[in-house]
Order: sequence, then structure tokens, then C-alpha cells
Amino acid sequence: MMKKSVDITNLSFAYRNNPVLNNLSFSVSEGEFFIIIGPNGSGKTTLMKLISGILKTKMGELKVFNQPLKEYTRKELAKIIALVPQMAAPDFPFTVTELVLMGRSPHLNVLGLEQEKDLEIAQNAMAFTEVEHLAHRKIDQLSGGECQRVFIARAICQEPKIILLDEPTASLDLAHQVKVMDLMEKLKNEMGFTIIMVSHDVNLAAMYSDRILMLKAGEIVNIGKPDKILTLQILKETYGCRLLVDESPVGRFPRITLVPEKHQYKLGKIESTKIE
Amino acid sequence: MIKRLLLVSFLLLSLLILSIFLGLSMGSSGNGANAVFKSLFGMYEADSMLHTIIWRIRLPRVLLAALVGATLSLGGLVFQALLKNPLAEPYILGISGGSAIGAIIGILAGLSRFPGVTFTAFLGSIATLLLILVMSTGQSILKKDSLLLSGVMVNAFCSAIIMFLISMTQDSRLHNIIFWLMGDLSTADLKQVGILSLTLFPCFLILFRYSHTMNLLLMGNEMAQTMGVNIKKVTTILLVTTSFMVSSTVSHCGLLGFVGLVMPHLLRIILGPDHRILVPACILGGGAYMVVCDLLSRVLPQHGEMPAGVITAMIGAPLFIYLLKRSK
Repeated sequence: MMKKSVDITNLSFAYRNNPVLNNLSFSVSEGEFFIIIGPNGSGKTTLMKLISGILKTKMGELKVFNQPLKEYTRKELAKIIALVPQMAAPDFPFTVTELVLMGRSPHLNVLGLEQEKDLEIAQNAMAFTEVEHLAHRKIDQLSGGECQRVFIARAICQEPKIILLDEPTASLDLAHQVKVMDLMEKLKNEMGFTIIMVSHDVNLAAMYSDRILMLKAGEIVNIGKPDKILTLQILKETYGCRLLVDESPVGRFPRITLVPEKHQYKLGKIESTKIE
Repeated sequence: MIKRLLLVSFLLLSLLILSIFLGLSMGSSGNGANAVFKSLFGMYEADSMLHTIIWRIRLPRVLLAALVGATLSLGGLVFQALLKNPLAEPYILGISGGSAIGAIIGILAGLSRFPGVTFTAFLGSIATLLLILVMSTGQSILKKDSLLLSGVMVNAFCSAIIMFLISMTQDSRLHNIIFWLMGDLSTADLKQVGILSLTLFPCFLILFRYSHTMNLLLMGNEMAQTMGVNIKKVTTILLVTTSFMVSSTVSHCGLLGFVGLVMPHLLRIILGPDHRILVPACILGGGAYMVVCDLLSRVLPQHGEMPAGVITAMIGAPLFIYLLKRSK
């Protein structure tokens, strides 16, 4: 049995009187690529904020490496979990190196001055995400894809054990989507990180994840390997839209195709002959 | 990083020393770079009039200007980072209004400028700080806009009271009130400056300690948290330290405006957004700027002098717009 990096039991959460998450229990193994999907408003981002410690757990238990999350200080937690935000270019023109170096902050002394060693770690992180050539550029002059890779480098530089990502591919073009996802897979395989990602893209989730957690209205619909979760039935019930599921031509994982209204008459035909 | 910090600090420190030297040597009663040098090396004539003017009148005034410029620039820098609002300045949370009411009450009661009015002004600003803290306790302290809006409201309320008090005043004390509101460095003495620096230097150190944290705050509170920042603790420390520091200064010199808004921006355009550089830069650069502005306000008018606040904005605003244009 693999070690559990995140272990959640009976977790519920409400904003004032609005329940958002209802009695979730699941765990994520160390070194797992774990993707959380679900419709808008299903509580994905709230779950992410609970795991990263931004929101406080009030009902239920959330353990990180067998210790309740609330027993960690912010600094201790920052050495275990790093967050890559959806798209958070800062207003102020830090250079790429400066921004990546910020990842060192939980490891720095009281004055927050970096040493040679910190710079070396930052450079390695930048090399890993292929943004070395941007080192002296200002962060507000980068494209979305470059910016995302800089933020991933910052997360690596933090030297955590778990990296959380909130829809990292949401505003990226196709090439950058694949690049970011490949990068996360490489991080998992070569450096042993646990990757927990919130995503809207079911196809990317199918291609890359070890396991998928499907949320709907704050509850777990299902959890398991992509081919068990991304079935026509579960997807239809969860999202309530027209779609097709077949096996991807590139590998043994499901491919989800949306069906626009004007082609819906074909749906019955295809479903009866091709699907499952 | 450390090299750059030392270099910037050294350059700005030289600038500050140069401006203090100029501030000492120039004035309406004659220019005395020579006299300053002579005095420095103990070669003065004991009864020299110029000597007395330089060390008894100009020195405390120049030092007060340096402290005020440093504090207000640093205060603006911290509030801009904390509230993530480029228009933030040290008075944004209502400190100016509170201390003005305190000062006006002191002036109306006929107290002496120091320690009387200074003390009532300080009480006034601390009262507003407490009010702000009470209003923003609990969760809402994390929401920057509620803090900002409370401050604006406190300021608006205070302005109303100030106008009320002014409209009730008719005699010569009105002149004193107006001068206090425009900021006035002319009443400094060495003891006062000594006390002020003893309260300010610990604040400078605390704020420098949190300079790297201010960098992280720029990334947004949530990101800062995941990088190990305890937002609530840091916000409270920054808020209280800065407000205390600004309150102390303002109670000595009145409402000198503009420096606190523009100096952080000016230095940010030139030096970049890293607060570990900007905190010392604001202290040294803001100090030097204020000394020069005060000097000009003494030297430029043919008769008497004008408030230093006039000069800070007259030079600062065009300079800022020029730099802003050039940086784009």
C-alpha cells in the first residue's frame, strides 16, 4: 500500500449557510497524479482551497502526511504543499527569476534574503520548466503559457511534496496545454511529486491522471481510474449534455466528444452501433 | 540581491547626507558651506551668529525633514502593498483626520506647540487607529477594500469635524491651524527630533524585517498564504507599526501631503518592485527628497517661507508623470 499524502474523512464545508461540500471521504497516494473534475459550482475550487490551507477545515478531518492540516504552521505547510494558481500575473513587474525565487520564502531566514543555494534551486526549477531563457524578462511581459510555466517553476522551487494546480490549462492554447500537462507528468515520474489538479478538461484528465475524482453539487459522484469514471453514463448524469465516449486512438483511455445540437440526430445512430 | 541592496542603500545614503549638508549650509540668513565645514571640524568662532543658526535652527529642522520624509514614504509603500492599491498613502486609514482634530483641539486650548499640540495630535491619531482596528476585527481585516473604505469614511467624518472647528475659530489661532494642516517643519528643536527618532527607528527595523513578506503579499493573499505567510498576523503588525510611525511623525510636523503617495511610486519605477530594496530606499530617498523640498521652501521665497508641502507636490507631480511616461 502506497503512503497517503492527503487523507480526507467526512469533510464538509459551508460558506455561512451555503453548504458547498458534503461529507467527502477519499485519499490521495504519494506520487499520484490526481485530477478533480466536475461541473461549475460543484465545489472543486473550495476543495482545493481546503487542501492548500487557505480555507480552514471546520467539519471533518483533513490529514496531510498523517498529520491533521491544522496542526501545521503556515511555514511548515508551505514546505509540503505548493499552489499553482489559475492565472495570477502580479501587478508589479518582478522579473521571472525574482518570482521563481519567491518560492524559496518558507526556507529563508528571518530577513528573507536568498543565498547562492536558493538561486541554484531556482535555476534548476527554471531549467526544468524550460523558462531559463526568460530569466531576466518581466513577468507582466510574458504570454499565458510562459507565465504558467514560470509559476510551476516557482512551485518546484518551494520544494514541496505536493503540488496543487487550479485549472492550469484553462486559458492556454493547445500546444501549451499539452506542454504543461507533460511537465506535470514529468514532475511526478522524475521527482516523485504528488500532483493534485482541478480541471474542466475531461480529455486531458483522461490522458494524464492516475485517478479521477468526480464531484457534483458538493458530493463525490465517483472516484477511480479514468476509464471507470469517464463513462457515457456517469458523464451524462453529471453534466447533463450530449456527448460521445469511445477509446482514444492514441492510447488506452477514453475520448470524450461533445455533440452540438445541429448534429444530435446522429447521436442515436452512433450510440447504437459504436459505443460500449 | 544583497549586493544590490548595499549599492542602492549606499547611493541613497550619500544623497541623503549631501542633502542634509545643503540643508545646513543654505538659508535666508546666509549661505555657509564653509561655516558648516568649519563647525564640523571644530574651527568655529564661538560667538558666531551663523554657527548658532546652523546648529540650533537649521540642524533640527533638517533632521526632522529627513525623518518625516522617510516615515511618510515608507508608510505609503507599506499601505500600497498591504491594500494593493496604488492610490494608498500613509493617511489613507484616517490617521490624518484624527491627528488634525487632536491638533486643532490642542491649538484652540492654547497649548504650546511642543509638547502640548504634538501630544493631542498623537492622541487623536491613535484614537483613529484604534477605531480602524475595532472596525476591521475578525474576518474583514483580510478584505482589503473594507479596510480602505473604513479609512475613507473616517477621514470624511474627521474632515467634517475639522471644518466645523475651523468655522468656529476666528482669531489668530486660525493661522496656526491652517499652518498645521499644511505641514510645518519650522518649530523643530533637537530634543523633539531625538524623541521622534527613538520611536521611529524600531518601526523602520520591523518594517524591513517584513519587506520580503510584502513582496509575497503582492501575489495576492491566497498565494502568500501558501508560501507560508500568516496573513492575519502580518496585516496587523504592518498596520499597527506603520500607523504608529506615521502618527508620531504627523503629530510633530502636521499634514505634509504627497510625499507618501509619490515617493514609493517614484522609487518603484526606478528600482523595481522588490520591497527588500524599496524599504531602505524609501527611508533614505524619502528623507533626502523632503530635506531638499524643505530647503527650497525656505530659500525660494524672497520674504518669509512657504509650506514645504507646496514644494513636495510642485516638484513631485511633474517628475512622477515624466518617469511614468518614460517607463512605458
